[in-house]
Amino acid sequence: MSARHLLSVADLDAAGVRQLLDTAAEMHDVQRREVKKIPTLRGRTVINLFFEDSTRTRSSFEIAGKWMSADTINITGKGSSTSKGESLRDTTMTIAAMGVDAIVMRHMASGAAHQVARWLDESGSATRVVNAGDGTHEHPTQALLDAYTLERRLGSLEGRHVAIVGDVTHSRVFRSNLLSLPLLGARVTVVAPPTLMPSGARAWAEHDGWTMSHDLDDVLAQGPDALMMLRVQKERMSGGYFPTPREYTVGYGLTRPRLAAYLDRQPEGVILHPGPMNRGLEIAADAADAASSLVLDQVSAGVAVRMSVLYHLLAGGEGSAA
Amino acid sequence: MSDLLITGARVLDGDATDVLVRDGRVAALGADASGAKGDAEVVDADGLVLLPGLVDLHTHLREPGREDAETIATGSAAAAIGGYTAVLAMANTNPVTDTGEAAERVLDLGRATGLVDVQPIGSVTKGLEGAELAELGLMHRSRAGVTVFSDDGRCVGDARVMRRALEYVRAFDGVISQHSQDPELAGPTACCHEGELSGRLGLPGWPAAAEATIIARDAQLSLLTGARVHVAHVTTAEGLDVVRWAKAKGARITAEVTPHHLLLTADLLAGYDPVYKVNPPLRPAEDVAALRAGLADGTIDVVATDHAPHARHDKEHAFVDAAFGMLGLETAFSVVHDVMVRSGAMDLAGLARVMSTAPARIAGLADHGRAIEVGAPANLVLVDPAAEVTVDRDASASLSRNNPYHGRTFTGAVRTTILRGRVTAAAGEAHA
Repeated sequence: MSARHLLSVADLDAAGVRQLLDTAAEMHDVQRREVKKIPTLRGRTVINLFFEDSTRTRSSFEIAGKWMSADTINITGKGSSTSKGESLRDTTMTIAAMGVDAIVMRHMASGAAHQVARWLDESGSATRVVNAGDGTHEHPTQALLDAYTLERRLGSLEGRHVAIVGDVTHSRVFRSNLLSLPLLGARVTVVAPPTLMPSGARAWAEHDGWTMSHDLDDVLAQGPDALMMLRVQKERMSGGYFPTPREYTVGYGLTRPRLAAYLDRQPEGVILHPGPMNRGLEIAADAADAASSLVLDQVSAGVAVRMSVLYHLLAGGEGSAA
Repeated sequence: MSDLLITGARVLDGDATDVLVRDGRVAALGADASGAKGDAEVVDADGLVLLPGLVDLHTHLREPGREDAETIATGSAAAAIGGYTAVLAMANTNPVTDTGEAAERVLDLGRATGLVDVQPIGSVTKGLEGAELAELGLMHRSRAGVTVFSDDGRCVGDARVMRRALEYVRAFDGVISQHSQDPELAGPTACCHEGELSGRLGLPGWPAAAEATIIARDAQLSLLTGARVHVAHVTTAEGLDVVRWAKAKGARITAEVTPHHLLLTADLLAGYDPVYKVNPPLRPAEDVAALRAGLADGTIDVVATDHAPHARHDKEHAFVDAAFGMLGLETAFSVVHDVMVRSGAMDLAGLARVMSTAPARIAGLADHGRAIEVGAPANLVLVDPAAEVTVDRDASASLSRNNPYHGRTFTGAVRTTILRGRVTAAAGEAHA
């Protein structure tokens, strides 16, 4: 990949995504070895700087770094200097000044990783930044692992139809997938109640060529190849996005009857969810645990994809990946 | 004080003439001025235009409370360099300017500095809390003679409180300058214009309707009470339409626009640079075009800077957490000249009207914004309409550096500022 940092899927072109996914496939083999260790990033230091809680993503990056022999260090927001009033710039420049090779950063604010990367570049720092989720903006490695998981099950995504369903407005997973899926040839339908569609969605959809719907059953009747269910982010809601959880589930949840109707029409269809899941709200337990559910495949692919990203950013693509 | 002879200036873009200033007032014009020269200090104004000194209806000076970002002295220096002879200092300091004593303190600090007349704005409500009226009458009766009141930074959201404030200031023909932005419509974290870009960036935004609905409400309250409402920093075509409608209805309503809302657009936020984070937010190009037209046709009465200095560390946070605001005093003339005069949308007389005469009238500052004639107070500015200015944020008199124009070039420069006959700034430096 040519970009210095991985801040957004927009930093990549189709070839860049392809390269990362191909390398991820090589890295996935490491996961199956008895001794899960390759020397690729020996002597490199990766800081997981998580200002927002995330067991799943932080562990995934940590394992990815360790399996490639990098020194990985975790710093969480609660213990960081920002809780003492330090500016984001001071906090991140201080960490970079310690000579770390990469900062894997999660932040509750959209654009935070972009800002840190800009400050580092302006200062001449060599430290790279990987966006591990910034507010309601993007989560590029999640989109890559989703693409990887889908390709493993469906083969090429060229001409495939993916429906992204749920709390779209608060979803960084949606924003990154909206960029990555078309790069791989898939078309996207986004399903949400009008209150959970991002601002300007109509013009955005027209400009970028995706489809917007407020009717999940109508979209399921079209037999999409994959359903990407999104978590309802209760913690980001200041109220009033939908009347009651029951009404949301009836309108937009992947309930058992809805799953059955979908699989009747599309027996090869698959279900994704970035987790953590609100079982019973946006996804029924039967759907989460169904044979067509790829939720755990996504988690497994996450490590491989993050190994690939760290490899291309830090090892510079020298020699064989694995 | 020695006399001042300004030679060869075009007065308000008219023919070149000489202007003699004596005892703080314009003493003679033309041949009379040249003839009475005596030992006057001479200011060579060949090629320059003489305008009434600029008046800013909307300045944040941060003193008391945040003297690391700006003091009344440094803000006054920036104002003088920018061509201003009077600024109205917003009330959202710490403590808030909500008593007569607090207003007098601001007035006195301004007088001690002596670079511009610093006229305090009082808050509408105690502590800017939006609940109880501040001591509006006592602030007016104080030595500061406060006439303009504003909770700027926040909207007076409660219609009943706004009504009472308008009724109360009616007694002395005060004016409420409203930050017109419904605080409930977008929630507490809104930080940009709501539209396609905010959707893509994942940033919470204010819809244009949050501005227009409050202007409409306040226009109705002005009609109800007969009191004066001033719309601070109008930013949307919808808001402008409401102002136009309200004026046609006979409401006592005036409106201002900032230089940055006449030039900068919301798409600058794509890089999440907090220097472009301002409240109200930058809007799309269609709104910018509407605001320019509204200023040219007189719907908008005033250009005001909303000069909002911030210490560097208050801007170096994630975008949603960074402070709102940008600098404006030193660059306002150049921006407005470039956008409005150079483009042909208005002439220099129009610029003088919206940057000097109208704001002085709204604020009741009798010594500012006056026609340049014998006997008028010599609060003046010399500008060079042909000069190119490249903005350097590090060459600022402000204590802060949050300048959104760094590196941009404008046509139109302030050369010399004169307060009551004394040169307060020349060639980009303040003269204390």
